[in-house]
Amino acid sequence: MSIDIIENILFATIRTGTPLLLVALGAMISERSGVLNLGQEGMILVGAVCAFIGAYTTDSLLIGVASGLASGALFSLIFAVIAISLVSSQIATGLALTIFGTGLSAFLGVDYVGLSIDGLDEWPIPLLHDIPVIGKAFFAQDMLVYGSFALFAAIYYVMSRTRVGLIIRAVGENPGVAHSMGYRVLLVRYATVMFGGAMAGLAGAYLSLAYTPMWTEGMSAGRGWIALALVVFASWRTGRVLVGAWLFAFASILHLVLQGFGYDISPNLLGMLPYLATIIALVMMMQRAGTAQLAPRSLGQPYYPQK
Amino acid sequence: MRIEARPTPSHTMRYLSPLLALGLTLTTGAAIFAALGKAPLASLHAFFIEPISTVYGLSELFVKVTPLLLCATGLTLCFRAKVWNIGAEGQFVFGALIAGAVSLQLADYQGFWVLPVVIASGVLAGMAWAGIAAILLTRFRAHEILTTIMLNYIAIQLLLWSVHGPLKSPSGYNFPESELFSPQTLLPTLWGQYRVTIAILIALLMLAVVWTVLNRTLLGYQTRVMGENRQAARFAGFNGNRLIWILLLFSGGMAGMAGVSEVNGPVGQLTTNLALGYGYTAIIIVFMGRMHPLGVLLASLLLGLTYLGGENAQMTLGLPKSITGVFQGLLLFFLLACDFLISHRIVLAPIRSQPPNLSNTPVREVTRS
Repeated sequence: MSIDIIENILFATIRTGTPLLLVALGAMISERSGVLNLGQEGMILVGAVCAFIGAYTTDSLLIGVASGLASGALFSLIFAVIAISLVSSQIATGLALTIFGTGLSAFLGVDYVGLSIDGLDEWPIPLLHDIPVIGKAFFAQDMLVYGSFALFAAIYYVMSRTRVGLIIRAVGENPGVAHSMGYRVLLVRYATVMFGGAMAGLAGAYLSLAYTPMWTEGMSAGRGWIALALVVFASWRTGRVLVGAWLFAFASILHLVLQGFGYDISPNLLGMLPYLATIIALVMMMQRAGTAQLAPRSLGQPYYPQK
Repeated sequence: MRIEARPTPSHTMRYLSPLLALGLTLTTGAAIFAALGKAPLASLHAFFIEPISTVYGLSELFVKVTPLLLCATGLTLCFRAKVWNIGAEGQFVFGALIAGAVSLQLADYQGFWVLPVVIASGVLAGMAWAGIAAILLTRFRAHEILTTIMLNYIAIQLLLWSVHGPLKSPSGYNFPESELFSPQTLLPTLWGQYRVTIAILIALLMLAVVWTVLNRTLLGYQTRVMGENRQAARFAGFNGNRLIWILLLFSGGMAGMAGVSEVNGPVGQLTTNLALGYGYTAIIIVFMGRMHPLGVLLASLLLGLTYLGGENAQMTLGLPKSITGVFQGLLLFFLLACDFLISHRIVLAPIRSQPPNLSNTPVREVTRS
């Protein structure tokens, strides 16, 4: 196996892992505050279609990225209002968000199917991208990939070293205690859900502006669900989300790798790999003792402070 | 005006909430049509009335209702027990795929046994697909929401592989489709030229079975208790894993039957676009129908209509067919929002200053299913 092939596999792994990383980080934050949002898939799709429409109509990728981000956050607000303020079942509301997002994105994007734009360019960082083996993967990517690295670092810092991270975790572990300590549980949860929406929207923007610069119905292809599994796999720890995203990404591009080596296997059969990998990862994770104890204590339970 | 928690959940609101949600969806729909530059009322008419204003249209409604009702009937039991089988779509696809493969194998056989074999193969395939999720949940504790969703994607890839590969019609100009099934493998239709098959009768029969099981049997009692309080079910000595197996296999079998009703009914062959989201729509139906068999029947008529309405809106109003998904999503959102009124009420009274709360529990958790 030549260096070239390894470089290309690593490069593709990081690219493919980027949307997973973004969505999973967002989902992890809202789950750390106790909110399980199964609407990730819908938020990615809405972000993807809005990003594409924004970029196509204004001819500006920056506006595209901004529309993806904003639409994801706004879209998640629907979930926040119903699941947090109106104390509905988070499972049902999240499913509704995915169903609605799938329909809405198909509806909004119907006139944009098949159109193409010039996607995000790669921005090789001088000198660093010449490093053998890893240079191309980490330092010859586009701005959104670098952005995902920066977001990862920021989230890692906030969750483990700051007061904000501590409050989010307190709200997720025990909203009753957090409330009586004077923290505004509902406000924190609104913020984390909308942050998750923005991250999913950004992942959508990455898909429709950089990964495959076009819009197709259902282009997220289950990434929202895989990201949710990824959070479980990472047992709600930021660092493990990063490793997990790249592992899952490697499983998803395995078919390209195999084809590169000349194996002739149906793309449809190989297309099952990321989903199979997700199931296997979930099973392996649950076999390890105590995974269930790692989940935020109030995950999935509505909370309403009494006046 | 203020909002307060009801002492006990309101029974009236439980059944009023879906109607309220429907009203809000129609209002929002009218606003959407107006925003798109269409006459709101005429558009709503084209969406909800016109498709079923002829006998043929009504029969087509039942063609749509058949797979939806079959899937929703199975999910009703599952969701009652809070076993979140989101995999009806995949169980539908796998059932359709296996029933289709068996139909193609039996193309040259005649005899009364052919159709029952085809049906049984589809039902068993759906059960097997759900059984995977059951093993993963009971043996490996992998959450059913995520595993069933993953199995949906895997089933669709299997279908694509089959119609691009082993089951592709040799005489089909290389299109990814199977051969047309022979007549003896198809479900008989109910009336002459209409496409409704006997599968709708199976759906109604199974709905009655579910009603009986829920209200008249120990199994139904256990299902309800498990949904209300899993801890209590365990303390009462119910075998939770056995119940999960039964519920998942049953709903998988029903979704598999839905797959049969579609491929061995109106479609008549295996194609790449069999998965039209019936398995997901069935979830909305079960919530709309309050997990009650009669409600599920009514809701399946409404949701079936959104498919016809979308098709009609495409033809007469020039709107994309995907508006169906928008309406379905709105309906579920409004329903979940209106359900707030089951546990809370709006009081039209001036806010009085309340005495200070002296209890030791300043917070209370409000949970509802």
